[in-house]
Amino acid sequence: MPSPQFHSPETVEQASALLAANPQARVLAGGTDLIVQLRSRRIAPTAIVDIKRIAGMSGIRAADGGFAIGAATPCTALKDDKALAAAWPGVVEAANLIGSVQVRNRATMAGNLCNASPAADSVPALVAAGATVLIAGPSGQREVPAAEVTSGPGKNTLAHGEFVVEIRLPARPQGGGDAYLRSIPRTEMDIAVVGAGAALVLDASGTCTSARISIGAVAPTVLLVEAAGAALVGSKLDDAALERMAEAVRVAAKPIADKRGTVEYRIAMAGVLAKRVVEIARQRAEKA
Amino acid sequence: MGKMMISATINGDAQQFLCDPAATLLDALRDELGLTGSKEGCGSGDCGACTVVLDGQMVCSCLVLAAEAEGRKIATIEGVAEGSELHPVQRKFLEKGALQCGFCTPGFIVASKALLDHNPDPSEHEVRYWLAGNLCRCTGYDKIVRAVLDAAAELRQETTTQRVSA
Repeated sequence: MPSPQFHSPETVEQASALLAANPQARVLAGGTDLIVQLRSRRIAPTAIVDIKRIAGMSGIRAADGGFAIGAATPCTALKDDKALAAAWPGVVEAANLIGSVQVRNRATMAGNLCNASPAADSVPALVAAGATVLIAGPSGQREVPAAEVTSGPGKNTLAHGEFVVEIRLPARPQGGGDAYLRSIPRTEMDIAVVGAGAALVLDASGTCTSARISIGAVAPTVLLVEAAGAALVGSKLDDAALERMAEAVRVAAKPIADKRGTVEYRIAMAGVLAKRVVEIARQRAEKA
Repeated sequence: MGKMMISATINGDAQQFLCDPAATLLDALRDELGLTGSKEGCGSGDCGACTVVLDGQMVCSCLVLAAEAEGRKIATIEGVAEGSELHPVQRKFLEKGALQCGFCTPGFIVASKALLDHNPDPSEHEVRYWLAGNLCRCTGYDKIVRAVLDAAAELRQETTTQRVSA
């Protein structure tokens, strides 16, 4: 295998030009997926474009009342940002379930998204939170909902020459709360068998005015289950509403059976986890 | 692409080395710089035997490209002891028998020191979660956790040495 070119551009435009010039080029951010794939020869890029030397690519800044998270920001840095951790604890916790501390000191949410594993832990949380993704490419920049970045296992919707520049989270709404949980047979260092995310808004009387429910590892991509959210809106999250929500989740789940779980187990667990995340999100919303 | 010349600060010393663009930092440390304390266990970020500290953050050096190290500061197991004076984490590993074959030990020592550098008083739970990315197939982990808690107590200059319940 010939050695790839290694580039460390200092501007978004340079990075975009390098990626556009070579269809075999790959973006390097945290490297925790890319370098594993490189070493196992699953991929053989002819160029590697390290985006970490681009100004603004690492770090979190306030933007439009919410947050703009640079694409090369490692997961552990999210936890260190107190404002972000207070506003979107579900997103920050989800990103900090990935791998070990060593891995999270490098791994990024943008990479988790673009790697397009159906079981990516940060993605259901981002989708529930209504995150958008800023993508730069040869023809400029575009912003898309997080759920639209992936199209299938290992497949993303980025065009040739494009890469993720930042992930944007809105301001936490008044009465808002979010959460993410995954089911794994161990306590750490494992891949989700099922994951579920929730972001709720409650009014002063405790009535749910908005709900976004997402599920991971039970379909080719992370799913936003609109019917599950709709089942909660207008309710006070009573048992009947929660059961309608869980049923919508079970209907939407289309998992495969593999060594980590059967179809039946994953469908049942998706409903269980969805109820649990809604409860955590509710507690957070009540404190908001 | 030919070899790249990389300049980095390694254990406090300015160093230059040549690397292939696809070579990992672990390859460069071991093969170019002769720093063979960091081990390759899995090569995929699962075992932590190659743990080093990169600009203050512990990482798996098998999941960092050597070319990324340009201008960065790297601390490896070779820099933990001061001359012949072992770091308290190293001494406690010996005293508590926290190693058998020793292959995982450099990674555990670097990771444990990184924990105590930013959290001088971790709970047993925090130690176990922090070290979840370091695998040991010999000890069963208990002696490692006790060694880390003991080293933490010593660094805090406490005399209590038994904080782990049986």
